[in-house]
Amino acid sequence: MSYTEATVQLLSPEGDLVRSELSEPYLPLVEALDDQTLQDFHRQMVVIRRFDIEAGNLQRQGQLALWIPSLGQEAIQVGSAYAARPQDHIFPAYREHAVGRIRGLDVMKIIAMLRGLSHGGWDPAETGNFHLFTLVIGSQSLHATGYGMGVMLDGAHATGDPEKDVAVLAYFGDGASSQGDVNEAFVFAASYQTPNVFVLQNNHWAISVPVERQSRTPLYLRSRGFGIPSEQVDGNDVLAGYAVTRSYLDAARAGEGPRFIEALTYRMGAHTSSDDPTKYRENEELAFWAQRDPIARFETYLRARGAGDDFFADVQAEAEDLAADVRTRTLQLTDPEPAAMFRHVYTDPHPVVAEQAAWFEAFEASLADEPAPGAEPVAPPPGTPADGDEGAAAAAAADSADEAAEAAPSPASNGAR
Amino acid sequence: MAESTTSPAATERAAGTETLTMAKALNAGLREALAGDDRVLLMGEDIGTLGGVFRVTEGLQAEFGTGRVLDTPLAEAGIVGTAIGLAMRGFRPVCEIQFDGFIYPGFDQITSQLAKQTFRHEGTQSFPVVIRVPYGGHIGAVEHHQESPEAYFAHTAGLRVMSPATSHDAYWMIQQAIASNDPVLFFEPKSRYWQKGEVDRGDAGEDSPHRARVVRTGTDVTLIGHGAMVSVLLQAAELAAEEGTSLEVVDLRSLSPIDYGPLLASARKTGRVVVAQEAPGNVSVGSEIAATIAEKTFYSLEAPVLRVSGYDTPFPPARIESYYLPDVDRVLEAVDRSLAY
Repeated sequence: MSYTEATVQLLSPEGDLVRSELSEPYLPLVEALDDQTLQDFHRQMVVIRRFDIEAGNLQRQGQLALWIPSLGQEAIQVGSAYAARPQDHIFPAYREHAVGRIRGLDVMKIIAMLRGLSHGGWDPAETGNFHLFTLVIGSQSLHATGYGMGVMLDGAHATGDPEKDVAVLAYFGDGASSQGDVNEAFVFAASYQTPNVFVLQNNHWAISVPVERQSRTPLYLRSRGFGIPSEQVDGNDVLAGYAVTRSYLDAARAGEGPRFIEALTYRMGAHTSSDDPTKYRENEELAFWAQRDPIARFETYLRARGAGDDFFADVQAEAEDLAADVRTRTLQLTDPEPAAMFRHVYTDPHPVVAEQAAWFEAFEASLADEPAPGAEPVAPPPGTPADGDEGAAAAAAADSADEAAEAAPSPASNGAR
Repeated sequence: MAESTTSPAATERAAGTETLTMAKALNAGLREALAGDDRVLLMGEDIGTLGGVFRVTEGLQAEFGTGRVLDTPLAEAGIVGTAIGLAMRGFRPVCEIQFDGFIYPGFDQITSQLAKQTFRHEGTQSFPVVIRVPYGGHIGAVEHHQESPEAYFAHTAGLRVMSPATSHDAYWMIQQAIASNDPVLFFEPKSRYWQKGEVDRGDAGEDSPHRARVVRTGTDVTLIGHGAMVSVLLQAAELAAEEGTSLEVVDLRSLSPIDYGPLLASARKTGRVVVAQEAPGNVSVGSEIAATIAEKTFYSLEAPVLRVSGYDTPFPPARIESYYLPDVDRVLEAVDRSLAY
């Protein structure tokens, strides 16, 4: 599945602006961009690609449990991220490293998550409303829709003030288009006319399953059956990604209801570092998409607009600096303290978690101090001998050592609660 | 707290209380929550103009508007998933799942998403979402309409699970659930919806929904249960008393966390415990309670902790449900077995 007659493309793979019936409505949005912004697009794509390569290397060297490459998908991510306004909320899947960085996320948070230090690890209020990655495929589409419902209930969209009106952007992939959650998100968004824009990055592969197995119809048509207008864009064209997302977000924030974008791109790397794409796809396909690389065509465009070697050298230097910095900081990361697992399971106090945390602490302490032979158990499990439970009294009264052991088992019995 | 069906004295209206069915008590509790906090929302299938298939939300949309009481599309994952997003926006959504057996399409959003969100956010966001679930048998309904799925959710870290047995608790506990900053699975024993009971709207009686309560004192055997089971246990205790056996009845109220204090105290007092539930017994809330009581009151027990539950079969067709659901006879059979040790 490649570009179709419906694909909105503003920049050809050769780096030329495309003037067509499809591109015409969106070109003014691109023409309004100054050179600085256009160069920022390029800078973000190059820097995140270098980051992505470095993170992949760190995984291969045993520093990360997993890496999720974004190689080849930089254009739709950078373009759509620049289309969002500061007040907008963004619900990513798990490959949107560039979007997070543009919103202000320290990419080390992604590194920490994939090193196995956290299951999320950032506060969306401090990362430009860039919410946590969601690993269960498509679940975040409903969270984004619910957030959009909340925006409506708060009267925070369609007031006519684009500086304040909120829109909500959600990302998912071609595999997620088969999930019930994504289809239910379309139903809810259409039903309530929420200010949501859904961006499907069709990178053509859900691990080893080709997009043809997910859908017999072009994916951009899917949402129309739900009553949600859509476009198919060239996802390797940062200008198309920017312009269509910008247009759709503006419509959503103005109260015109939800929108859907299918961005045709290609996963140049593996699904994750655990995957081996040589087992299921052909080199010819890879070569086809390599000729449509998002960065190469945009460099051609920028050079035609006058950007010189100094600019590109500067961008490359920034990319190398970030890669080196990420490597340094990764090697400095420390594990969370084990007791962190008991924190934030609940917001309000919870007796079971508190009791198990206390037991864990005592048990770990008991391992640190080798008890003298015949000493009392260092860390009896909570509940059993404590709090006036009959175990303690029975243990004290028991003549038999066996009975005492039953009543106050050693920490190794793991008898929490 | 005894109800009118089990305690004739309760039919007399006490000062400061009123007699309400459990459905009306829940309705009143939801009204209080909606009036008290404008971030509280109700959402679910048929809950607005219809007032819910059990009429628990009757009149609330008319009173508070379609922006507070939302009729949703018919999709449980959609209801719970969007409630998560609403909670991220600062709302306190109260979702209604129409029947127990229809909760499973929302299972991933409840257990993989809602339950883990606070942990994943490392405490920077709370997820005060309540999911109301009419559950249990005794109403002669068709397949998927009489199940007791509470163990799935009690097993899941990050969720709280509770179930009122009386109108009074229904009125108060739904408000306490909504006030909780954590996700709550609120299981409503639907066979009790139409049973009347005294509700004291001036005094909750308990400061927390997570407290178990001794609802009848006794000395010979402890009976433990929740939801609709509590009234069965009270009837069993009434019958046993006629034969000179003194049964103590404990209403769990909270299934996660379980309030073990009153359970252990009662077990130590009587030395004999029967745990009863409508849900299948295998890997159930009753199993966990039995294991914990055995672990912690071993030297006080005169008999192994016995379990009475639904059989490990699908909930059967309605015409034979009375053979599946634990009744007074099965509870008393277990009492006899316990006393025989």
